[in-house]
Amino acid sequence: MNTAAQQRRKERIDRGIKVRTDGLYALMSWRELAYLIAPRSILIVGLLILPLVMPGRYWPRVISIACIYALVAMSFDFLAHYVGLVSLGGAFFVGIGSYLSAILNTSLGLPPLIAVPVATLAGGAFCTLVLLPCLPLRGVYFAIVTLMYPLFMARLIEALDIVGGTDGIMGIDSFPSAWIEQYGVIVMVLIFLFGLRRLVNTDFGLVLRAVKDNDQAVKASGMNITRYKALAVFIASATGCLAGACLAHIYMWTGISTFALDFSILPIAATVIGGSGTLVGPVLGCLILVPVSELLRDFGTLRIVFYSLILLAFVVFRSDGLMAYGQRKYDQFERWTKI
Amino acid sequence: MTGEPILQIKEVTKTFGGIIALNRVSFEVNRGEILGIIGPNGSGKTTIVNCITGFIKATSGHVYFHGKEITGKPPHKIADLGVTRTFQIMRPYYSLPAYKNLVIPLCSPRARRTGGWRGGGRLGDRNTVSIDIMEEIGFERDSYVPYKTTSTLPTGYLKRLELARCLALKPEMIICDEVFSGLSMSEIASMVPLIERLQMDGITLIMIEHRLRELFQVSNRIMVLNFGEKLVEGSAEEVMADPRVKEAYFGSEDIEEVMSHA
Repeated sequence: MNTAAQQRRKERIDRGIKVRTDGLYALMSWRELAYLIAPRSILIVGLLILPLVMPGRYWPRVISIACIYALVAMSFDFLAHYVGLVSLGGAFFVGIGSYLSAILNTSLGLPPLIAVPVATLAGGAFCTLVLLPCLPLRGVYFAIVTLMYPLFMARLIEALDIVGGTDGIMGIDSFPSAWIEQYGVIVMVLIFLFGLRRLVNTDFGLVLRAVKDNDQAVKASGMNITRYKALAVFIASATGCLAGACLAHIYMWTGISTFALDFSILPIAATVIGGSGTLVGPVLGCLILVPVSELLRDFGTLRIVFYSLILLAFVVFRSDGLMAYGQRKYDQFERWTKI
Repeated sequence: MTGEPILQIKEVTKTFGGIIALNRVSFEVNRGEILGIIGPNGSGKTTIVNCITGFIKATSGHVYFHGKEITGKPPHKIADLGVTRTFQIMRPYYSLPAYKNLVIPLCSPRARRTGGWRGGGRLGDRNTVSIDIMEEIGFERDSYVPYKTTSTLPTGYLKRLELARCLALKPEMIICDEVFSGLSMSEIASMVPLIERLQMDGITLIMIEHRLRELFQVSNRIMVLNFGEKLVEGSAEEVMADPRVKEAYFGSEDIEEVMSHA
C-alpha cells in the first residue's frame, strides 16, 4: 500500500480558461470575462453587503474595525513585499492619523469629512519625515527601529501630558451619518486595495520591487533609492493614517491605545493568514481574524490561547496563506499521476 | 582613435581601518579607449571601481569626470553623469523576468533625458525598448530567454544583463568589473566582439580582468595594480616585460601562457 502511494504524485495543471484569459483573448467571450470578474466581484459585493446581513449594531461595528485593520495590513504588505521594508510600526501610522484627525476636529473645528483626508495626507507626510533617517536601514534593523516609534510616541504623550495625556482626546465628532461611517471605511479599503494592486504593476512599482531585490543595482542605474523608498513609505503611512483617522471618528475618542502593539502585530498576523504579497490576502486575513477574536471573547482569557493556536496552525500548515491556496484551486486542477 | 582624457583619478587613497586598499593611485582614461586594469587578488581593483562610481568614499584624493570633480558624490548622481558600472558579483533583479531588469534603468532620469534608446514611452513602451537592448547585447528576441525569470538564467546571460543595464543608460563610460570571469571560452569569444562594438559606438571602457589574453586582445592600454599601488601603465607588451609585474604575478599560469603567446 505504502509503495503504491509513493509511486504517484499530484500534478497541477493550469485550467484551459486560465490560460485563455491571460491575454487580450479574455475579451472574446462572456465565459472568460466572467472567470476574470467573478473573484473580484465576490470580494467587492461581499464587502458591500456584509454590514447589511450582520445582525444588530455590534457586528457592523466589528466589520468597520476589521476594515481599519485591513488598511493597516495592506500598508504592511505593500511595504514588506514590494519595497522590502518590513515595518513593525503600523501602530505609529494609526496613532498619528487618529491624533491628527482628532486635533483637527476638536481644535480647528474641521468636520470629519475634511479632517480625515487632511489627516491622511499630513500624517503620511509627517510619518515619512520622521522615518526618513531610517530609510537606509534594511531587514531586521528597519523592523526594530519602526517598532520603537509607536512606543516612543505613547511614552512621549504620557510623560509630557500633551494632547490629552493619558486621558486621550474626547468629544470628537462622529461621521455625519451611520451609513457614511459604515461604508466610508469599506469603500476606502476597496479603493486602496485596487489602487495599490495597480500601482505595484506600473513601472514605478517595478522600481520599488527592484529596490527590494537589489538596491545596489538600482543605485548603479542612476536612481535615487531614498526618494523611491520615501515615496513608498508615504503611500503606506498615508494608508495607515487614514485607518487611524477613521478610527478616531468611529470611536469619537482617541488616546495612547492607538499606539498599542495590536495595530502593529494583528495586521502582520492577518498578512500571514491571508497570504503575503497578494494585497488581497491581508484584507481577507483581517476579515477573518478580527471577527474570530470577537467570537473568542466568550472564553475570557483563554481567548489568546485559541487565537495563538489558529495562528500557529496557519503558519505551520498554510504558510503561503489562504489567498495563494485559493488562487491555486481556482486557476489549476490537480490529478494523481503514476510515476 | 583616442581623444582627450575624460576621467582623471588623482592620488586616490582608501583605507579600511589599518588596511591600505589603495595607496595614492593616479591615472587617466582617454575618450574612446579601453583601459585594462589587472592585478593579483586583493590588489584593489574593485576598490578603485567603487571609489570612482561612489559606492565607497575615498579616504583622500580626487576623481574628475570631464574636468568636474565627482569625488564623494552618491552613486546615482555619478551614474546620472554617464559613468556606469557592472558588478563582479552579478546583481540582477532575480525575481523579475529578465527583460524587466532593463525597465528599471530606463525609468531613471538619465535614460529619460537621453531618450533611453528611442525614447521609451513615445516610440514604444519601456518593455519594447528593453527587448531591443537585449537583442543588441545577445539575447535572441524571439526565444523565450528574455521572458524567463532572471534567477533561472545561466551566468553568461547574467553578465550580459549587467552590460545591458549600463547600456540602457546610454553611458559615456562603462566600467566592467570582470565581465569575462566565470564564462566558458566560447562565451568569452562571443563577448569580445560585443566589447569591440561598444568601443566603436564611442563608449569609453575600463575593464578589470583576470583573463589576460582576451583583455590584451581588446584593450588599448593596461594598468597594473599590486597591493593597492600602481605598478606600471602602458601597452600590453611593455607591461608584461616589466620585471615588477612578473614578480607580482610570480608563478601565475595566466602570465606564462600569455608570455608564450606574445
